[in-house]
Amino acid sequence: MIPGILPLLAITIPLAAAGLIIATGRHMNLRDSVTLGAAASMVMVVLAMLPEILAGGRIGITLVPLLPGGDLALRVDALGMIFGLVASILWLLNSLYSIGYMRALKEHDQTRFYFCFAIAIAAAIGIAFSANLVTLYVFYEVLTLITYPLVVHVGTPEAMQAGRKYLAYLLGGGICLLAATILTYTLTGTTEFIPGGFLAGAGAAALSLQVIFLLYLGGFVKAAWMPFHAWLPAAMVAPTPVSAFLHAVAVVTAGVFGVVRVAGWVYGVDLMADLGLGVLLAVIASFTIITASLFALAQDNLKRRLAYSTVAQLSYILLGVSMLSTAGLTGAVIHIPFHAFQKIALFFCAGAVIVGAGRENISDMKGIGRKMPVTAVMCAAAAAGICGLPPFCGLVSKVYLSIGAVQAGELALLGVIIVSAVLNVAYFFPIIHTMIIARPSDDRALDTVTEAPLIMLVPIILAVTASVAFFFFPAVPFLDLAEIAIADMSGAGLP
Amino acid sequence: MNAVISQLPPLLIVVPILGALLALLLGKWKRSFAYPITLAMIGFQFAVSLVLMESVMDGEVIHYYLGGWPPPLGIELVIDSFNSFVLVVILALALLTAVWAREGADLDIVPEKRVSFFVVFQLLVTGLCGMAVTGDLFNLYVFLEISSIAAYTLVAAGRNPRSLIAGFNYLILGSIAAGFIVLGIGYLYIATGTLNMGELAVMLPAHYGQATVYAAFLFMMIGFSIKVAFFPLHLWLPDAYTEAPAAVTILIATATSKVTAYAMLRVIFSVFTLQYVTESFPVTELVLIIAAVAIIAGAVLAIAQDNLKRMLAYSSISQMGYIMFALGVANQAALAGGILHIMAHAVMKGCLFMVAGMIIYRTGFTAIRQLSGLSRRMPVACAAFALAGASMIGIPPTIGFMSKYYLVLGAVVAGEYLAAAVLLAGSLLAAVYIWKVIEVMYFGDVHDEDLGGGLEAPVSMMVPVIILAASCLLLGIFVELPLEVVGPAAAMLLGGD
Repeated sequence: MIPGILPLLAITIPLAAAGLIIATGRHMNLRDSVTLGAAASMVMVVLAMLPEILAGGRIGITLVPLLPGGDLALRVDALGMIFGLVASILWLLNSLYSIGYMRALKEHDQTRFYFCFAIAIAAAIGIAFSANLVTLYVFYEVLTLITYPLVVHVGTPEAMQAGRKYLAYLLGGGICLLAATILTYTLTGTTEFIPGGFLAGAGAAALSLQVIFLLYLGGFVKAAWMPFHAWLPAAMVAPTPVSAFLHAVAVVTAGVFGVVRVAGWVYGVDLMADLGLGVLLAVIASFTIITASLFALAQDNLKRRLAYSTVAQLSYILLGVSMLSTAGLTGAVIHIPFHAFQKIALFFCAGAVIVGAGRENISDMKGIGRKMPVTAVMCAAAAAGICGLPPFCGLVSKVYLSIGAVQAGELALLGVIIVSAVLNVAYFFPIIHTMIIARPSDDRALDTVTEAPLIMLVPIILAVTASVAFFFFPAVPFLDLAEIAIADMSGAGLP
Repeated sequence: MNAVISQLPPLLIVVPILGALLALLLGKWKRSFAYPITLAMIGFQFAVSLVLMESVMDGEVIHYYLGGWPPPLGIELVIDSFNSFVLVVILALALLTAVWAREGADLDIVPEKRVSFFVVFQLLVTGLCGMAVTGDLFNLYVFLEISSIAAYTLVAAGRNPRSLIAGFNYLILGSIAAGFIVLGIGYLYIATGTLNMGELAVMLPAHYGQATVYAAFLFMMIGFSIKVAFFPLHLWLPDAYTEAPAAVTILIATATSKVTAYAMLRVIFSVFTLQYVTESFPVTELVLIIAAVAIIAGAVLAIAQDNLKRMLAYSSISQMGYIMFALGVANQAALAGGILHIMAHAVMKGCLFMVAGMIIYRTGFTAIRQLSGLSRRMPVACAAFALAGASMIGIPPTIGFMSKYYLVLGAVVAGEYLAAAVLLAGSLLAAVYIWKVIEVMYFGDVHDEDLGGGLEAPVSMMVPVIILAASCLLLGIFVELPLEVVGPAAAMLLGGD
């Protein structure tokens, strides 16, 4: 087999599926089986690359020469593999769930929905496997554009407004990323990701490197760091599978992935420390974690509360990067998949409540656990996971982050993690309490409520099961991959 | 050099002019003869341009002396990498426009005028070819006037009475521009005694300090700026583009504006040379500032429009600013970006204007707000619009992104960070005016239910649109192919080889 055919396949499968989805649009069952088939085969393709990557290898392919210093090229390494696994596995779960959700609510324009979804996943995989900044940028912009129709799917004036905000933030971010890429190219003559970074040798002034890093951060506005997070809660008008896609599968993941990639493969840990960029990141991340958690407390709409929770959780990853130590980076990198699996379960639950009970506000959900026991229990489990309770994988990444904070001697960062944990409990516990323990306001209130269809429950259960499994076996495969990735980016060895 | 190829440049002009005469005569006899002849002639020109580009790709230059008279007595035709590239681009667009116009022309042109319409159409294209291949400054002016007069006529040819006024305005401003240009050429002749571009480039440095040469440069710049509608001398353009027959708008917005931009770059770099505009008479900084203003102002005005064609017209003003931007930066990357943008803008704007024309053809709608829910009725046309629109914004990996990238890269290399930022901001503004349309097309409610479903335009209009939309994407992904010509062309303009 030609080396490099697998990463190419991982991108072309969803692209081909998109074409087939349009072609089979009139036949609902056929169309949806195309989505499922593509998702399943993509998971297999990505898994087929796993042994090679775990052995420390890389799989690369150059597609076409695009720009000077940046061919359109793919290279799978451990970090990319983590994102690739998350995106492909969660796309499969999300596809199952979408079919149940979209059919149950008799949503319009489902063909467009699945078409955009398939292209978006191709773009996400492209970001994960990109070998250089140019390729990353190309797929990053495609992802922005193709998720727009998903965000404004309902087409109401409110949705259009949210869509404009979404585009303004993300296209604006794209411009920053492009500027940063071009500046990096003019400084170094390359945009290739190199373990340990390549900007250090450029001999550029510290100030210009700091400015370029700010541009990168602006570019990765998909990571929803404050105060540039407003697009994410606004995008909550989208159908729930889209929210799950934004929050777990691809979009925000692409943002934090980009930050890790640039920190480790463009700047390099040492240069980051020399330039004081760790401190900058730590400040941004800490501010975001605390503020977003407080915002989450104030939301009554379940999906909006989850959105602010995502904003806070993403900054855990930035916080881990800011520590620039092995433990901190490990925590950051494994928090990407672990948060994704738990957050997707939570969004799936929120969608199940919409389908089963037609309710979006937490205050209206009193006692619905009596009619929707599976959903309620799974929701509680996933929430516990995000809070960092055993036996869920969220605890693993938080332990690493805390160790990183202590090792770095930054007790303030540890304080942020602890305060945030308290806030997490404060905004998640009321949801669990309302759903499971509280009594319905009157006896008839629950009459119309039914459990969501099985096809929606299965992905929820799978996601929660996975997050339990990752608690007991974090090494399979994410922690192992993270170790390889961190060894990769440090080269010389980290504190 | 192959003997046949060296004879091709004059045939590019002569054969179609005779063909136009033939189309007119046969068309008088039987109306249906005119169109096939026009199509065949433009097809012939396109084929010739491909052969010419192929033969100059290795850096060779074809010189042809008309009537065997060498300059300065005779007129010289020159084919090099730059103009062969422009020829291929504009003839490809002209050919696709001609295909589109087979049925698209019926929208604005009454059947009795069909013959003369296609004859003038062909003369316009031929005039543009003449401008591209000539190596003689006065000859350039002659062909510019041939194509301009054909363009005035075509703009005014529609059923719509306002097209007469638009055509008249275009005629007045175009003639003023022509006056400036011919005066400038005259001054150069006074200073040097030759009209051949190659000889001028050699002789001018001795006269750089002269007031005559300054005046010649300024006059020609003003004249060309009006012709390419370079902000703030763009006033004829919005009306002309909006009111002209759809097929004419497509042709002018793609082929005419591009050849005029080519002529301007040619005069600046091949007659006056880079050294003149950066050292003797440093105008590049000024051009860069005006280009930045044009990019922003054009885009802001485009955002304010409700008429789709008028919005696209203002977008053209903004996009011509991109090409002038290349002139202002004047280094390898930026000029490559500018020349690439000549192609990119022709391809994407051609596609957008074709879709706008198809919408009018099928629904009569001209206002953006009327397009509500149109994607359900014209899915292919709307998808083409979205793709070309993405290219206009500069979303990778479309061709619009590639030219934008090189322009920004050029500006950064030259240390013009502010200009680079303006260019990037311009693409955000482009996102706003393109998105206004896409939002309505795709997410608006369908209003007039009685219009029914399938409104997709006829195949002859659809094929060029699909080709152009696909080109937006494919030329971007395989940008190496145009760059093989564009890179050397930019190097040649800068004086290296």
